[in-house]
Amino acid sequence: MAQLKLPVNSRMTEGKTWRAEGAKGDVRRFRVYRWNPDDEANPHVDTYELDMAECGPMVLDALIKIKNEIDPTLTFRRSCREGICGSCAMNIDGTNTLACTKACGDVDGDVKIYPLPHMPVVKDLVPDLTHFYAQYASIKPWIQTQTPAPPDRERLQSPEDQARINQPSACILCACCSTSCPSYWWNGDRYLGPAVLLQAYRWIVDSRDEATGERLDALEDPFKLYRCHTIMNCTNTCPKGLNPAKAIAEIKKLMVARR
Amino acid sequence: MRYRTPIKGALGLGSAKDGVHHWWMQRLTAIALVPLVLWFSFSLISYAGADYEVVREWIASPLVAVLLVVLLASVFFHAQLGLQVVLEDYIHLEWLRIASIVLMKFATVLLALAGILAVLRIALGA
Repeated sequence: MAQLKLPVNSRMTEGKTWRAEGAKGDVRRFRVYRWNPDDEANPHVDTYELDMAECGPMVLDALIKIKNEIDPTLTFRRSCREGICGSCAMNIDGTNTLACTKACGDVDGDVKIYPLPHMPVVKDLVPDLTHFYAQYASIKPWIQTQTPAPPDRERLQSPEDQARINQPSACILCACCSTSCPSYWWNGDRYLGPAVLLQAYRWIVDSRDEATGERLDALEDPFKLYRCHTIMNCTNTCPKGLNPAKAIAEIKKLMVARR
Repeated sequence: MRYRTPIKGALGLGSAKDGVHHWWMQRLTAIALVPLVLWFSFSLISYAGADYEVVREWIASPLVAVLLVVLLASVFFHAQLGLQVVLEDYIHLEWLRIASIVLMKFATVLLALAGILAVLRIALGA
């Protein structure tokens, strides 16, 4: 059955508080999820006070400041700091988003920072995305054709056909959408989730790809595809403004069209 | 230690090549139920407080009897499809999931047949 209460060793406790002594500007409290696989402690929430006059505007700026100046044990992923790598995806103020594009000023009160929901945690804000990436690999996210490529040029497509894959190609695979989806929480072992289905759709509608039927065959499954119940959390949370829910609906329509 | 590769777990048992029919039937029965449920609700309201014999006569008229049979069939077919999805979503113990789906399907078939038989008995004047 769906588990409604966390196991005893997973229940949250209150952690340490680091005060901002002698702050000159606005002081904000950052409440950050902490868990270390190397000690026996339960996950806990540490509180860091930051002088916002000396901190950059984004949540990632705050996390980097905490790690550099207050607590070097805080662990999180980040790379590009401009919303294109997807590394710093986490749950901020109750919504999955990228720490680098989320402004502290857009959050009321304490800034609550947790790892992406319902994934195994490696440490602190770092989730284990192994299965998510394996699911991505399982949909064969590369072009498949019977026709060999022209020897002297690229495979061409019309601007209209290109426009159909524009949006789904803009996905950065940050996993914000999949980990916001209750269906993915309860059945993520078999349900592919919105991010992977958006990528499957990207190859299904690609005018140059010739494996459309095989791709639809591989998705035609009560769990891989049809666990989507149009909850729409994916589209609401996407930090890139994409629409995975619509892509899934389009796949379902194609499934009926080919009957 | 985990010896299986991540892709092995992601591929699982492969695609069941199933699910479209279930999804499409759920949509079709939903569309059919919109006018049927509206008609049934308005009829119930308009016959509120009516005599037993009057309602019996109403059910016995051929058009009403046919619509009631279609309504009952659609309601329980739709319910059975929807409940299956709910049970698949929330029950992760495999034997319990399969057992509850089978029981649920038997129950909806029985309920549908009981309802349809009741309408037919009145319609055919038993």
